[in-house]
Amino acid sequence: MQPINEFSGIVCPLNRPNIDTDQIIPKQFLKRIERQGFGQFVFYHWRFDDDGNKREDFVMNKTQYKNAEVLVAGENFGCGSSREHAPWALLDYGFRVIIASSYADIFYNNSVKNGILAVKLTEEEVATIMERSKEEGYSIHVNLEEQSVKDDKGFTANFDIDPYWKKMLLNGWDEISVTLTDEDHIRKYEEKMYGKQYS
Amino acid sequence: MTKKTVIEKIWENHVVNREEGKPDLLYIDLHLVHEVTSPQAFEGLRMNGRRVRRPDLTYATMDHNVPTINRHIINDPVSKTQIQTLEQNCREFGIELADIDHPDQGIVHVIGPQLGLTQPGKTIVCGDSHTSTHGAFGALSFGIGTSEVEHVLATQTLWQQRPKTLQIKVNGKLGFGVTAKDIILAIIAKFGVNAGTGYVMEYTGEAIRNLSMEERMTICNMSIEAGARAGLVSPDETTVEFLRGRRYAPQGEEFEEAAARWLALATDEGAEYDKTLEIDAAEIEPQVTWGTNPSMGSGISGSVPSPDQFNREADKESVRLALEYMGLEAGTKLSDIPVDFVFIGSCTNSRISDLRAAAEVAKGRKVKDHVTAIVVPGSQTVKQQAEAEGLDKVFIEAGFQWRESGCSMCLAMNDDIVPPGKRCASTSNRNFEGRQGNGARTHLVSPSMAAAAAVTGQFTDVRELSSVNQ
Ligand code: SF4
Repeated sequence: MQPINEFSGIVCPLNRPNIDTDQIIPKQFLKRIERQGFGQFVFYHWRFDDDGNKREDFVMNKTQYKNAEVLVAGENFGCGSSREHAPWALLDYGFRVIIASSYADIFYNNSVKNGILAVKLTEEEVATIMERSKEEGYSIHVNLEEQSVKDDKGFTANFDIDPYWKKMLLNGWDEISVTLTDEDHIRKYEEKMYGKQYS
Repeated sequence: MTKKTVIEKIWENHVVNREEGKPDLLYIDLHLVHEVTSPQAFEGLRMNGRRVRRPDLTYATMDHNVPTINRHIINDPVSKTQIQTLEQNCREFGIELADIDHPDQGIVHVIGPQLGLTQPGKTIVCGDSHTSTHGAFGALSFGIGTSEVEHVLATQTLWQQRPKTLQIKVNGKLGFGVTAKDIILAIIAKFGVNAGTGYVMEYTGEAIRNLSMEERMTICNMSIEAGARAGLVSPDETTVEFLRGRRYAPQGEEFEEAAARWLALATDEGAEYDKTLEIDAAEIEPQVTWGTNPSMGSGISGSVPSPDQFNREADKESVRLALEYMGLEAGTKLSDIPVDFVFIGSCTNSRISDLRAAAEVAKGRKVKDHVTAIVVPGSQTVKQQAEAEGLDKVFIEAGFQWRESGCSMCLAMNDDIVPPGKRCASTSNRNFEGRQGNGARTHLVSPSMAAAAAVTGQFTDVRELSSVNQ
């Protein structure tokens, strides 16, 4: 995955709580066997009507958010299905950073593993960004090393992130390669519990 | 000795490596695989020249895409490719597969327990959020994403943060006509869709102890709808008896040894949880959801709420959007809402006891003319058992369609789709926008409530129906 540290981008607000992964990527698009190409389907039924025409009133379809790379959303973002197609679709569409006050556990894990930085801020901080992003061209600056979010109007906030996830994101590591360096521990565990070697 | 919960005991048994500043590396005892969330994981293995470390701990089936009529005619070429890809991957990597023609085929969370693959004390994962189902056996089981599927295939381990523990205590006894599905819907309605986020839940209390294994599965299944990746019930004699004689369970002498180990995993008397929430079984009525997430529901005697009844702005707004999507007016009595479709199935409620409960209501009655009602058994084995008991005839005579096993209308990835604007009483687990079809309106209920809706054409308190019958 792509490492991430400093990132600046235009913010698109999606002011709903409990946005589930069925909304992020509807099931009819889960049949593909690749990881790429899901961006065109992200929030499909919110972006397009039943005839496939753009819903002009939907926030992501407004010209001012055309180049948005940061998504700010309501609490419990990414609840529901474990489909990793959700972060794949967000990333492929162009979102590298998400901001919300809370995330569903599985979605959060899936995002980190794909190099998406899912920032947790307080409800008030999220509300501020949500409000300010109504203004055209509003962007924010995220710094993972410092664990900070800033805008050009004096807003600053800090966020928590597990040190392990932070390292993964900063380095863009492939987790499987990291784990395979723990081969000795895995082998010992297998010998103890299964009485056999498997590698 | 410190007193421990079942969650902590299983966790400690599976730590492969623990280091400062890192999550724990946990060993995985059973990895269930299905066609939708696995192709990219196998592709990743191939690209990196990796193999599956423990094919012997991996078991695959196909359930999400499979047709429930004319099983061999998959019209959608993309669905077909996904199914063929799984066959090919299982062959290439040496994984046991219950394919479409296999007598063990079924929804992954139905067949694991049925075959005895699911056992107390195991760590179980699957690229599917309803893996929490297997927690009913006192197993630590949770859904993972495709990157994690690949990680488990390659290493048989996962990095996991130690979770906080949440006890959900269901006190007292359930009333007549109230089911496990109503318990879990009531829990989610009361505590919300993110009550369990960051936690693993354990269900305790008299009402839980009195449940059968299938009923416990229904409850644990929906733990994820309360935000928890995993939900468990401590193993007891009910658990042991369910597993006795199952194909993949230990046999003979070994079974007795295993049973003793399993029972010892139960939470110690006096063990502490990070948080406890309680609910009284006696206050739970048959439930019906009215909104677009599983917490938006109430007892059948209730009405559709108004957004104004909620305090937070965010809640007002989401209730407003939900009512708009569902085409419902605030103040409408739930028992006045008509239905167009009825779906009895899914990993929540497609086991033999669910079908029996629905058949009991359907027996001697007729599905209303304007209602399309389908019954989709959770597995081929459940289907055969139901047919042996004559349940298929009861359903067919009442006007239900009797189908082959699969996920079907739970997520409408195959041809079983609820049309836009139509209303469905469904025994599944998610009432999200578009879940059962674009524009479809889903109301979650128990199997007996679904059958009652089919035969009366609207949501009906099944307890009234039964008394008419008696
Ligand atoms: S029945 Fe529904 S919830 Fe269960 S595994 Fe299938 S699609 Fe998922």
